[in-house]
Amino acid sequence: MMLKLALRNLWGAGLRTVLNVAVLSFAFVAIIWLQGLYEGMNQQASQALLREAYGGGQYWHPLYDPYDPLSIIDSQGLLPVKIDSFVHRKQATAILLIQGTLYPQGRVQTVVISGIDPDQRVLDMPVDVLKIDDSDIPALLGTRMAKTCGLSTGDAVILRWRDRNGTFDARQIRIVEIMHTNVQMIDNGRVWIPLHKLQEMTLRPNEATLVVLDRSTTRTASADWTFHNTDELLQDIHELVKVKQIGGMVLYVILLFLAMLAIFDTQVLSIFRRRKEIGTLMALGMTRWQVVRLFTLEGALHGIFAALLAAIYGIPLLVIYARHGMQLTDAVDSMGISLGTQLYPVYSTGMILATVVIVLTTVTVVSYLPSRRIAKLKPTDALRGKRA
Amino acid sequence: MIISWQKEVTRRLLIFVEMALIGILAAKTELFAAYPDGTVLLQRVDQNSVAKTQVVEIKMIIHGRRSDRTLKSRSFIEGQERAFSEYTSPPREQGTKMLKLGDQLWTFDPRTDRTIQISGHLLRQSVMGSDLSYEDMMEDERLSDNYSATVAGSDTVEGRECWILELRGKHTDLAYPKSKIWVDKERYVALKGERFAKSGKLLKSMTAKRIDRLDGRWVATWILYKDELKTGGGTEFIIESAKYDIDIPEQVFSKASLRR
Repeated sequence: MMLKLALRNLWGAGLRTVLNVAVLSFAFVAIIWLQGLYEGMNQQASQALLREAYGGGQYWHPLYDPYDPLSIIDSQGLLPVKIDSFVHRKQATAILLIQGTLYPQGRVQTVVISGIDPDQRVLDMPVDVLKIDDSDIPALLGTRMAKTCGLSTGDAVILRWRDRNGTFDARQIRIVEIMHTNVQMIDNGRVWIPLHKLQEMTLRPNEATLVVLDRSTTRTASADWTFHNTDELLQDIHELVKVKQIGGMVLYVILLFLAMLAIFDTQVLSIFRRRKEIGTLMALGMTRWQVVRLFTLEGALHGIFAALLAAIYGIPLLVIYARHGMQLTDAVDSMGISLGTQLYPVYSTGMILATVVIVLTTVTVVSYLPSRRIAKLKPTDALRGKRA
Repeated sequence: MIISWQKEVTRRLLIFVEMALIGILAAKTELFAAYPDGTVLLQRVDQNSVAKTQVVEIKMIIHGRRSDRTLKSRSFIEGQERAFSEYTSPPREQGTKMLKLGDQLWTFDPRTDRTIQISGHLLRQSVMGSDLSYEDMMEDERLSDNYSATVAGSDTVEGRECWILELRGKHTDLAYPKSKIWVDKERYVALKGERFAKSGKLLKSMTAKRIDRLDGRWVATWILYKDELKTGGGTEFIIESAKYDIDIPEQVFSKASLRR
């Protein structure tokens, strides 16, 4: 009965209802789209990092700290037996990191020389190009590093490093390939060369700085080398996306505020214009709170209609967007998130449901607030069109 | 008849070989006699360059890729272990101080009012953008302690007759395992130097542009250092004044003097 009355009233409001529903539906679609972008960002960056840098987790040399460049100098050592067995079974790959200096076009560029087994299959990196047997040391660079140094495939450049005794050595390296990667940490400031070559160059046979497990291998305890699982390794990227998401919430709040303002205004106007109707309903036997509920229901129905309208045009729109993705500019690269050139939004059921619940609850509350005024109306005053 | 002919040929051949050997030996002996002992030469070079204490005022001209910079500093040096330097110009660098105590190095920046210990990879950074790293500056100056020397020949540098000394590291932990210096035959001062990587690649070079007699010793007072792997005109070190073997107050070599 009440629902029927509320629907009739909404229908009677005509264009006002249409406008309210349209604005609210836009807020629905925009909020879900934005959240989808952040979720896509999180998943895309995490997947890229797992594929190309973290694998199924990493064992670190006890002195290695990726946030402290000074730690690279002392963080090389022989692999513990258990970890070494993973490497021998090709379930893990060892990486040796050494500080070095590159001299592209006579400029000085501090780099981290990274030794990796060219036969490894743990990380999705084109390191098999390092198998080339040449008088020069074969080297692989990322596109960002190549751009910074002004180097391209086939170029030769001088690399200087120190061996384990601190003695300087310098040789020419040849860039055998420039790899395209979304993961900055394997690109910026990195020069990838064959592991055995780097071990030989630095007099560090069988030594490494970290070991990356493949994604199907479960770790075993190691006394000295610390294991860092993928959750731990991805924590930074999750937090970074969360920070971006909080920034994006400002936009949700503005959108929701605009929609709620429209609903609130509509409710206030309805109560003002429909005083005689309210008085009649009370005179016919409806209690004050029943009338409050009726007006609140009318407001809440805006939200439900908006959700339906949003589904009609929003679902196809969001699906197309999720399939084709969003073109990103180079500026995104500087954000420190490994995204590449295309961002594909990801919409989860939980996220959509949570958005619907939040918006509907807010609409209901906003509809209820001005309706409380009705509870103060006397039926006689209302019938005369007087205000409370 | 044939046998006696063969015997004669063999006898003559033996005489020829004997004479050739005597000749080679004689030539070699003469050659070695002409070259002085490398170790002695290196010690003479050290005597010139190493003092118990030194107070020097240095002008450093850094020839960068785009422009040149000139810095002036005053240094107090005691043996190999302790050194204190203060930059006196330009105004931008004025008040920057460095203290070396053994194998530790601190710098004080008046703009940030902070003292920083230079360690790890920072030691490999260049000093004020020059061609020398902090490590190069911290190296033990006494060459004879670290290198064994052999005389490889003689040459002329800036019109002066020099011995070419090839230096090989005595220890495995030296930054430069091989070096070459051109030592003035009369003044025993290095007029030119080259430092090589393990692979033999030339890394750094030094050329003395001016030699002066200071406090009774010959000292290179104008030196051009160059990082041979990078482009640029190198860094000039000009000693404007120097005093040797004078007393330096103990408090100069304390961390407190960095903030003074």
